Amino acid sequence: MQKKQFNQLAYSNLDDFVYGKALFPVTAKNGLVIGGGQIYPEVNFTLPSMTVTQNTMPEVLSIYKDIIHGVLKKAHELHAPGLVIEYETLPQMSEFPEFGIEIHKLLRDIMFEYEAGYGLKSAMRMTPNDLREINRPMILRSGEIVDNMFHMFRQSALDGADFLAIESTGGKEVNDEAIVNADIRTSIFALGCMAPRDMAWLWQNISRIAQETGSIAAGDSACGFGNTAMVLAEQGFIPKVYAALMRVATIPRALAAIENGAVGPSKDCAYEGIYLKAITGTPIALEGKTAACAHFSPIGNISAAVADLWSNESVQQVKLLSGFAPVVSTEQLIYDCRLMNKATEYGQAKLMRDLLVDSDAYLDPQAYILKPDVVFEISREIVKVQDPFARTLNAVRLALEILRKAVSSKEISIDDREVHWLDLLSSQVDEIPEDEEAFISEMRDEIDASKCDLSEYGL
Amino acid sequence: MLDQISKAVEQGKAKLVKELVTQAIEAGLSPEDIMNGGLIAAMGVVGDNFKNNKIFVPEMLIASRAMAQGLKILEPYLVSAGVKPVGIVVIGTVKQDLHDIGKNLVATMMRGIGATVYDLGVDVPDEAFVKKAEEVHADIVAVSALLTTTMPAIGDVIQAFENAGVRNKYQIMVGGAPVNAAFAKQVGADYYTANAAEAAEVAKQILDSLHNQE
Repeated sequence: MQKKQFNQLAYSNLDDFVYGKALFPVTAKNGLVIGGGQIYPEVNFTLPSMTVTQNTMPEVLSIYKDIIHGVLKKAHELHAPGLVIEYETLPQMSEFPEFGIEIHKLLRDIMFEYEAGYGLKSAMRMTPNDLREINRPMILRSGEIVDNMFHMFRQSALDGADFLAIESTGGKEVNDEAIVNADIRTSIFALGCMAPRDMAWLWQNISRIAQETGSIAAGDSACGFGNTAMVLAEQGFIPKVYAALMRVATIPRALAAIENGAVGPSKDCAYEGIYLKAITGTPIALEGKTAACAHFSPIGNISAAVADLWSNESVQQVKLLSGFAPVVSTEQLIYDCRLMNKATEYGQAKLMRDLLVDSDAYLDPQAYILKPDVVFEISREIVKVQDPFARTLNAVRLALEILRKAVSSKEISIDDREVHWLDLLSSQVDEIPEDEEAFISEMRDEIDASKCDLSEYGL
Repeated sequence: MLDQISKAVEQGKAKLVKELVTQAIEAGLSPEDIMNGGLIAAMGVVGDNFKNNKIFVPEMLIASRAMAQGLKILEPYLVSAGVKPVGIVVIGTVKQDLHDIGKNLVATMMRGIGATVYDLGVDVPDEAFVKKAEEVHADIVAVSALLTTTMPAIGDVIQAFENAGVRNKYQIMVGGAPVNAAFAKQVGADYYTANAAEAAEVAKQILDSLHNQE
């Protein structure tokens, strides 16, 4: 497969960069177009607290059946013009792929029934969880876990999955420790040197399966990197400015998926998707205020500003006052999308986008770096060069400069305890050599070989 | 001298901590006083600063590493003086749960209160908690799970202690994103804490109370 290259932004005009419309829309098997002008809800759900074993599988299937009926019934009642369902496996469903495949088939068949019976167009995103991280060092490219993952992708695609997606974890074994230490130097190594190499290999394989099965290689998410940082910052454990830099550092990693065959929509929790859309023009899924059922964030509105799918991230099948939580999420997402699509119909998509942006952007550095103009500025810096390490380093440097200016001009305010971190992080970044080989050589001595085998990354 | 050690730990100056602890020993200060009045006192201040939103975890980790350097010098002197450790904690995530960021933070903060921590890592079989706790004569066993589907395994760990007939020997603390006090009670845990700082605080109370009983 020919590797794609991006040396300029897909968009030339900031005004065209809006929600619901991507330069290169993606069409599901039933004709549902993502990024073709309308934003659609993407609903994700999970089991209540329980174990998944052969013995509990009948109960598991029964719960999933109840969930999908509830979600699709609500979507039909509320006249949703279409929706995407994401089925993201739990570890046991990846460990025993037949569990995951059976659950997927159950969900997909019921979606087909609602389309045939009620004309409700829906598409399925299949997301096996990346179990490769179970081993230390991680075994990335061979073995039963990898075989099971590809088997699950292939069989689900044959059973009707439209979009193949994953939250891949290459580099996470090094980055986890870097996050709690707010060690941007090591994070740049994990995200700029390690992760893109794994992403390239992984997405070549997923894209090949998609081609062979007539499904769509959709996208990845740096959830275990950027969102872990966001959640720890939300809890007051690490500086928000570090979490903002982490987000920017995930972009070149994410680009590796598109360069190697992914076409969107990227995963809902991939906030770096906003940058992906600017650079590649592919449609993206996102989540924000309506995903508060799964996690809190300081980017609840701004994350919707250029989204093509709007998601709840995940919610357990638990009963609330009105009904079960996945149905509640479905209603919330449908109303969010209905309002945004009405604004588009009135010719006010840009105004709606700007309201979503401006209501968040100046309250938190993590929101500020998602402003469309900032996204364009950093994206332009990223596409100046091709190698992921240089892209990551340059993006982080520029983001630091942008945040520093925004703080000193009081465009954004940050806590007192955050301020000196801008200097600390700058000095860490200044120590990184420009040459990747030199950087790898430095880091090689610092990596704990019992936890990480760099040869798995081709390093 | 003890104040100087404390300040150096708070500021995360590991090299200086080593030098000052060595000087304190040479000056004839008791190892126990150096540990309690210098190292642990400093971590108390650091913990308070974190709790009061004055510093972040990375700053606390730097202080913790500085303390560890001082403790390393002090350890042989503590042993020969017959000073017992503040307490012994065995920690890990339950079977099939690979999420260890929170668990690692708890381990670090418990070291900060002076406890000796045996970290079993992730995806720990139920019996491994029992085996290690028995082997090191632990005071506390701390168990975490991040997923709703792995959370029930916390109960299995506690059951493993029951099955081995040693449940009453240990205080069992539980935590993790989907865990709450009601769940902790339901599975028979002794304590639930919502975050790493609270976990260290509760562990300190448990260990203080155990020492008072001795």
